[in-house]
Amino acid sequence: MKKVLSAVLAATLALSLAACGGNTTGNSASSTPASPSAATTTGAGIPKEELKIGVVHLSDPAEGTGYSYTHELGIQGMMKNLNLDENQLVEKINIDDTDAAAVENAMTELLEEGCNIIFATSWGYMDTAEALAEEYPDVIFSHATGNKSNGVNFNNYFGRIYQARYLSGIAAGLKTESNKIGYVAAMGKENGEVTSGINAFAMGVASVNPDAEVYVKVTNSWFDPEGERQAADALLASGCDVLAQHVDTVGPQLAAEQAGAYAIGYNSDMALNAPNATLVSVMWDWSVYYTKAVQNVMDGTWVAGEKIENYYGDMADGLVKLSDLNEPLVAEGTAEKIEEVQAKIISGEWDVFDGKTEIMDNEGQTHVLDGVDYGTCNWYVSNVKEQA
Amino acid sequence: MTTSSNMSHEPLFHVVKHQERSAVQVLLLRLVAVVCSILAGGVFIWAIGYNPFAVYGTILEGAFRSEMAIQATVKFTIPMCICALAVTLAFKMKFWNVGGEGQLIVGAIFASYFALFCADWNHWVLVVVMLVAGAVGGGLWGLLAAGFKVKFGTNETLLTLMLNYIALHIVSYLQAGPWRDPGANGFSKIARFAKNVALDKVLGVHFGWIIMLVLVAAVWVYLKYTKQGYEISVVGESQDTARYAGIHVKRVILRTMFLSGAIAGIAGACQVAGSDMTLSMGVAGGVGFTGIIIAWLCQLNPGMILVVSFLFGVLEKGSSVVQSTFGLSSDCADVLQGIILFFILGSEFFVRYSFVFRHKKGGAR
Repeated sequence: MKKVLSAVLAATLALSLAACGGNTTGNSASSTPASPSAATTTGAGIPKEELKIGVVHLSDPAEGTGYSYTHELGIQGMMKNLNLDENQLVEKINIDDTDAAAVENAMTELLEEGCNIIFATSWGYMDTAEALAEEYPDVIFSHATGNKSNGVNFNNYFGRIYQARYLSGIAAGLKTESNKIGYVAAMGKENGEVTSGINAFAMGVASVNPDAEVYVKVTNSWFDPEGERQAADALLASGCDVLAQHVDTVGPQLAAEQAGAYAIGYNSDMALNAPNATLVSVMWDWSVYYTKAVQNVMDGTWVAGEKIENYYGDMADGLVKLSDLNEPLVAEGTAEKIEEVQAKIISGEWDVFDGKTEIMDNEGQTHVLDGVDYGTCNWYVSNVKEQA
Repeated sequence: MTTSSNMSHEPLFHVVKHQERSAVQVLLLRLVAVVCSILAGGVFIWAIGYNPFAVYGTILEGAFRSEMAIQATVKFTIPMCICALAVTLAFKMKFWNVGGEGQLIVGAIFASYFALFCADWNHWVLVVVMLVAGAVGGGLWGLLAAGFKVKFGTNETLLTLMLNYIALHIVSYLQAGPWRDPGANGFSKIARFAKNVALDKVLGVHFGWIIMLVLVAAVWVYLKYTKQGYEISVVGESQDTARYAGIHVKRVILRTMFLSGAIAGIAGACQVAGSDMTLSMGVAGGVGFTGIIIAWLCQLNPGMILVVSFLFGVLEKGSSVVQSTFGLSSDCADVLQGIILFFILGSEFFVRYSFVFRHKKGGAR
């Protein structure tokens, strides 16, 4: 008897859900599921109305700061630049890039929604994007920060963020009094993206303050609010009076503010979060890339299954930028010095990693680094110290 | 309850075991529970500023709106259903195995070993070996808890629970250490498996769903028609009776926990080789616990487990679509699930017990 009853129970559960749903099918938006192969690959571009854009975010952009927020600003900027309707955008948020099942489920749902182009914003999405790109040749998979691509429907995009980091190093180097600058890093030395950024920052510091040293503390996660805060506190406790960071949240800035120290923001303008600590922020304007990418798809410059290129932006095209200086906080002469170097970077007269200049690491070896090869950078420059 | 002085010291109400309720009463109680859960869930959705009808509608629509959507729903169903079957064996014996999660993970680890290091084997040989390895891995992890139980009389609930975390941290160790992907730029993860490893797709979903159906039938037959299945229920009813009847209780416990773990381990193998194509910290993602709830809701009936697992699949998939359609956090899905379970499991209480208030006469005795 009990079994029959449970069967009835389950059926009623299903029915009552169905009944509730039945009233409202008209209400819900996006009720027209398109097949993922709806995109036409005739060599011509995809008409604007047929575009559907998918985005996978690591955290929730609604945090209003940090990495995912910055990407979301870029997406919104692109939507506005190209005058797309909000129904043409489908976003998955809080997709942990260490959870392969979650990543696959999120991307599959975007395919199911009929997206023509999917922006996968975090490093850990790379392998899934690569595999799905092969399975769905009619859809473009565009992956941020990675090092894999296939030339036909899977590319990567990133930029010379090290240029802005170098400039922020100038602000930090001029400001520090203890000559100990902390750097909260998501990943260790082997990660070229993080390490090349640390090096550029430390070189910026050294250019104005040869005595200062940069102490790196690694969190081993791209998104770990607690760990980031703890790492920042540890660096401050060991005497650092300026903190820079390559992590996702504003934790290090807030920690610095609380300790009466200073900080360099990353991703978004963190002077908004920690106005009494943030000297300047190293920022991305992802809308530069997103607009270009989607425009390319519309124009037929990029066609899924035929051709797509990797993208590596810089300060000259506006992908990478520095926020306004927090004038009351920065040391005297900071603005002039930064302006001078920035002008050289933008004009192309000089670059941090030019592929020619020899750079000394902290073990006495010399290296040459071209900015494009940032991924290969697995050494720290001479004024960088690792903090356990 | 004979004198008035006793009456005055009586608490406001008693909880008393109810007589067997009639089928209609039980049905009504459960119906009320379902309606209440949907209403309460609706209030929750409304309270956070969304239209409950639209959200419920989107859950259903999202789970069934296209072929791909249905495939995704089935994909969500597979590990939940298999895990529910796994714990069913143990629960039938009144052995509280809450370690489905850990057994799934260890199964996944065993299967991943072959996926990573024997990827060049013949596809079908490899697939069979992975499934067997998954079963062995999960089975051994289950056996560990059972062994302690029969040898030292440890508490199996605590032990299986704690073993979940150990299993999870073995994955963490493997991805940071010996199995770390050298091509990952210092990122701590295990490489994606070669294509040869992938479980073949049947009707657009990896064939784990066929394994799931086979297991549903197998567990049903095993419990209902085999001698071993009968032994499990006797041990579950009373170990003394079992002993008196000449059943080797310890052996039954060890054997059943091995099987229970093995089934969860198969779910793990299906997850890594069918869905994830790598071993990551999210491999179980709580399905081991959801499986317990499903098994309990279905009163350990394998057929019902299949149905209810699918409903949970609908909820999971639908909620994911709700997230992207309404911008609602996917955590809200967990809240909704919690509300539904609260009411349905709560109704079980009223099936078996009732409140008797102080001045009310003639309550159930």
